[in-house]
Amino acid sequence: MKIRVYVTLKNGVLDPQGKAIHHALEGLGFEGVQGVRAGKLIELEVDESTSDDAIDEMCRKLLANTVIENYRIERTENAA
Amino acid sequence: MRSAVIVFPGSNCDRDMAEALRLVSGRAPAMVWHRESELPDGLDLIAVPGGFSYGDYLRSGAMAAQSPVMRAVKEAADRGVAVLGVCNGFQVLTEARLLPGALMRNAGIRFVCRDVALRVENSQSAFTARYQAGEEIVIPVAHHDGNYQADDETLDRLEGDGRVAFRYGGEVNGSARGIAGILNEAGNVLGMMPHPERMVEAAHGGEDGLRLFEGLLETVS
Repeated sequence: MKIRVYVTLKNGVLDPQGKAIHHALEGLGFEGVQGVRAGKLIELEVDESTSDDAIDEMCRKLLANTVIENYRIERTENAA
Repeated sequence: MRSAVIVFPGSNCDRDMAEALRLVSGRAPAMVWHRESELPDGLDLIAVPGGFSYGDYLRSGAMAAQSPVMRAVKEAADRGVAVLGVCNGFQVLTEARLLPGALMRNAGIRFVCRDVALRVENSQSAFTARYQAGEEIVIPVAHHDGNYQADDETLDRLEGDGRVAFRYGGEVNGSARGIAGILNEAGNVLGMMPHPERMVEAAHGGEDGLRLFEGLLETVS
């Protein structure tokens, strides 16, 4: 089973990388970009028996730093 | 003073730290590999050095914080043993939740490597006993992720309880309230981005870091 974990910065946490990307997009002449926030996508291949609680614990203990980041877990049953 | 320096794959200031400790205490520290689950007996100080542990993968300090030796460091810190985290060591201590907050990418995006002015905010701790409160010292920084952030409540508590040990004299990396180094609640754990071990003899361009180690020698041995 494939799991996707999206790790994003919490609202209000400054994101220098997002700001730099935003600046670069403006430099390329793209208009209308209101803001950019950069995050991470982590893909896990886990046993079918892996519980939701276990995945949540992986996120809290390692994959995300909950001081500054939020995470969202997405299960994709059939990996293409 | 009996000390230990923790060594992770990717640590690169471990030997500088060991040299500073040897210089001040006359005794070489134990170098403890990250896979160890126990520390030597009778330690007065544990130093978590700078570098790029585990290649800064995932987040700076995140992997190192989960290594076996950090469980032993946490237990020692709970018993009151002094723990000094410098640069990547500070990042490791926040990731291990021995200190609050987090160290994020520098606000200016670039790696910053230069001498910086620091104001000593608290001279009551074991780490700062040889400094005067309000004194300005010069210590080098070399980091990409030194931008200290925490929520306002945490920042207020750190300031209110005198747990801000050092503040930058000018803008360096975007840190909230100019914070360069903080103490834990009990005052026996210090994390700081600047490198005191790189300022301990005249050939380094200054000796302002020396007093941090001398203060420890006096208070924790």
